Amino acid sequence: MRTDTTDRFADSLEAADVSCTRVEAAEFADALAGVVEQPAVGVPLGIDGVSLDDTDVEIPPTPRLLREAETGVTRVHGIVSYGTFVIQGDEAGAEPVSLYPTTHVGVVRASDLHEDVEETASWLGEEFDAGRDSAVLATGASATADMGELVAGVHGPQRVHAVVVTDR
Amino acid sequence: MSADRERKAAKLRHLLETEGDAVFENTTHVNEGRYETNSHRDDIDELRGQARAIKEDAIERLPELIEAARTSVEANGGEVYVADDAADANRYITEIAESKGAETLAKSKSMTTEEIEVNDALADVGVDVTETDLGEFVLQVADEAPSHLVGPAFHKSTEDIAELFNAHFDPAEPLETAEDLTQFARDHVGEKIMDADVGMTGANFVFAESGTIALVTNEGNARKCAVTPDTHVAVAGVEKLIPSVDEFPPFAELIARAAGGQDIATYLSLLSPPVDSPVVDFDAPDEPLDGSADDREFHLVLLDNGRTEMRDDDELRETLYCIRCGACANSCANFQHVGGHAFGGETYTGGIATGWEAGVHGLDSAAEFNDLCTGCSRCVDACPVEIDIPWINTVVRDRVNRGTDTEFDWLVEGLTPDADPGGVDVQKRLFGNFGALAKLGSATAPVSNWLADWGPSRALMERVAGVDRRRDLPAFQRETLVDWFESREPLATAGDGDREAVLYPDAYTNYVLVDRGKAAVRTLEALGVDVTVAPCHESGRAPLSQGMIATATENAARVADSLDPYLDDGRDVVVVEPSDLAAFRREYERLLDADRAQRLAANSYEVMEYVYGLLENGADADTLTAGGDVAYHSHCQQRTLDVDQYTEAVFDRLGYDVVTSDVECCGMAGSFGYKSEYYELSVDVGETLADQFEAADVDERELVASGASCHEQLESLLPQASTHPVELVAPAVERVPRSR
Ligand code: SF4
Repeated sequence: MRTDTTDRFADSLEAADVSCTRVEAAEFADALAGVVEQPAVGVPLGIDGVSLDDTDVEIPPTPRLLREAETGVTRVHGIVSYGTFVIQGDEAGAEPVSLYPTTHVGVVRASDLHEDVEETASWLGEEFDAGRDSAVLATGASATADMGELVAGVHGPQRVHAVVVTDR
Repeated sequence: MSADRERKAAKLRHLLETEGDAVFENTTHVNEGRYETNSHRDDIDELRGQARAIKEDAIERLPELIEAARTSVEANGGEVYVADDAADANRYITEIAESKGAETLAKSKSMTTEEIEVNDALADVGVDVTETDLGEFVLQVADEAPSHLVGPAFHKSTEDIAELFNAHFDPAEPLETAEDLTQFARDHVGEKIMDADVGMTGANFVFAESGTIALVTNEGNARKCAVTPDTHVAVAGVEKLIPSVDEFPPFAELIARAAGGQDIATYLSLLSPPVDSPVVDFDAPDEPLDGSADDREFHLVLLDNGRTEMRDDDELRETLYCIRCGACANSCANFQHVGGHAFGGETYTGGIATGWEAGVHGLDSAAEFNDLCTGCSRCVDACPVEIDIPWINTVVRDRVNRGTDTEFDWLVEGLTPDADPGGVDVQKRLFGNFGALAKLGSATAPVSNWLADWGPSRALMERVAGVDRRRDLPAFQRETLVDWFESREPLATAGDGDREAVLYPDAYTNYVLVDRGKAAVRTLEALGVDVTVAPCHESGRAPLSQGMIATATENAARVADSLDPYLDDGRDVVVVEPSDLAAFRREYERLLDADRAQRLAANSYEVMEYVYGLLENGADADTLTAGGDVAYHSHCQQRTLDVDQYTEAVFDRLGYDVVTSDVECCGMAGSFGYKSEYYELSVDVGETLADQFEAADVDERELVASGASCHEQLESLLPQASTHPVELVAPAVERVPRSR
């Protein structure tokens, strides 16, 4: 069942031009090193057995890092049907870290994948009640067609990558 | 041509030349995406129904939701200010800026801030505002107003923008491609955001329960404006309130589909400010983000500016359900050709703009462009909240009419005994009473036709009523359909057909395109129907197009009176002209008693829809004329009603090979193409249709069109004549009626 969900999530990500790495918690650090371009900035992931501590990702973020980092790494939730990241705003700075650098790497537990917008909204309703009341549903890279043609990477990231932790 | 008509025509001509191509390209692109994404989901109409119900309920409970939002935003640590009007909102906003000592402000796209012209107010107190949406930024550099609700710079091509930027910024390397321009603008604007003292956004939705604002964007600029500086001001019309995040799903699914043909917008930000994200101070680059959002300040400005009055107005209330996706503009044939600088008022553009402008700026602003809505109704299907946009336009037109005055009333007074007050523009009264005109024309044909074609009378018609002399007038037939039918020997089978129907003869079918009426009778009889023909009364479609609702109401009552006895007898009503069927099915509920309107709507059929039903129920298709290559243009209102499919199904069944046009509208729409101020636009729109039928593999085909005005438009643009589908399939030779 779970494999099936991550498969479908990966398909949706692909349709949204987002690449995806599936990994077990134990291999997380190596896998991340493979997808992170330096310099990189991040916020604590808060996933059991998965951490940025032994990686080259710098924590905590500073304005300079936000400006200069190639990659920003944060934890996210996922919406399977559209390959969407749900980035919850927090005091550590997940929102700016996912927004300013050229690439955003979202780390998602397989158990944090929600089937569709409906299911996501009801989960968010509970989160809101618990005080975690800001979230961004981000699908693919930022884009604009304002200059006459579609161009990726406008005010937000130009590339997006998902790391799915399959055993969490 | 009167000076006013000439001014309008000149403005449209200018926009057709300067902005038309870019708007057409952009809207076409967005529409293709919209049709494509919508085709992937079969629950779109269900979602639209949900979205509409949520908005209906929210507007109903608006005062309560405002208070709920105030409570929740304050509990989060922010402030709510309900502003009566633009001046009130601007006063509050500038006071915040001054109290913060702000010098710079970064702002994401918001039509509501355009409505109050906050940039000017901020400039007056010395605050430097940067638009961060790249389309808005282009306009800020060009010092122009938005031409579209969603794509403010829709009217500019890449080349236009390159020229603008190269002249304005004088970059070392001239900018050329969309990529160059985007990068340049992003870097320039990005610096401004990092420097900004205050961030300002709009809000697509405000969830009262949690004090959350939803921002829907693709660029990411709204997120940056909202979370980078320590002070965030969000400005939203009060109509943006909905109860809670639970109601969010249908809007999340619909808004980006309708706006740009995306399954979902790139960023749907649900922020409950002041947010927890740490303030990012780029002046202290190496200070770690301190994990505290204590110094954040948030102000939600809820703007009334006429909305409460709109809520109390039974006709304009629906406007408040609008989620500003712009789909009504994109689906509008006239908008596609001239864009929002013609089809818009002080702020709002496109189909629903009439409602917005009438509500927030008053009738004068709406009147300027209201007549560009031809009532084709293509926007009705496009709207994600099922707003009846053409009806709003009709109502506003009616109100505008009542405020005008004219000196030539005497000319139409005798001819057009309509229920609308003197003062309604002569041109509108003339077209609004097409039935009376056609009756007179037919009674005096062929003299009336000669007279109508005669130079001096065309000049007079142009001067007095703005009937463009470049457009051929309909030729009235001496023998009407009703006369023809009455003088016929009844069929031997009369009274024992498998089904009984009454044909409703619209004025065109009765007085002008009589052959299509005869073909309809012949076809139905060949399929075993006992046919009779009702008296010809104007359906109300013509006066509705002119915004003459009182006249339309009288017309509707007369039609219902004349058809009721047939309905009592169990006859089906068959309609030849799709726009009249649309009147029966869509507008009569607003003009007649509900029961009456419902009975008529439920028992009326477009003629080819009826033929389809007969064939499905076993009627003998062999009696009809089969086979051939057809180029078919269905009618806009017929498509909105989803009735066009029956014509195609009948063609298919009878072995025709059909190429169907895919433009939204032929551009003629009843009277529109006759009006001197709109003639050229009508032709320009029509050429998009003509191009499809002039293509190499299509131009030899038999040309078929369902609507009378489409027929006229095609006739004027293409060498070949067009017929109605029923003329094509009708039995080739009229059966000689046997005498009893
Ligand atoms: S009226 Fe409907 S289609 Fe037009 S902008 Fe509003 S929501 Fe969109």
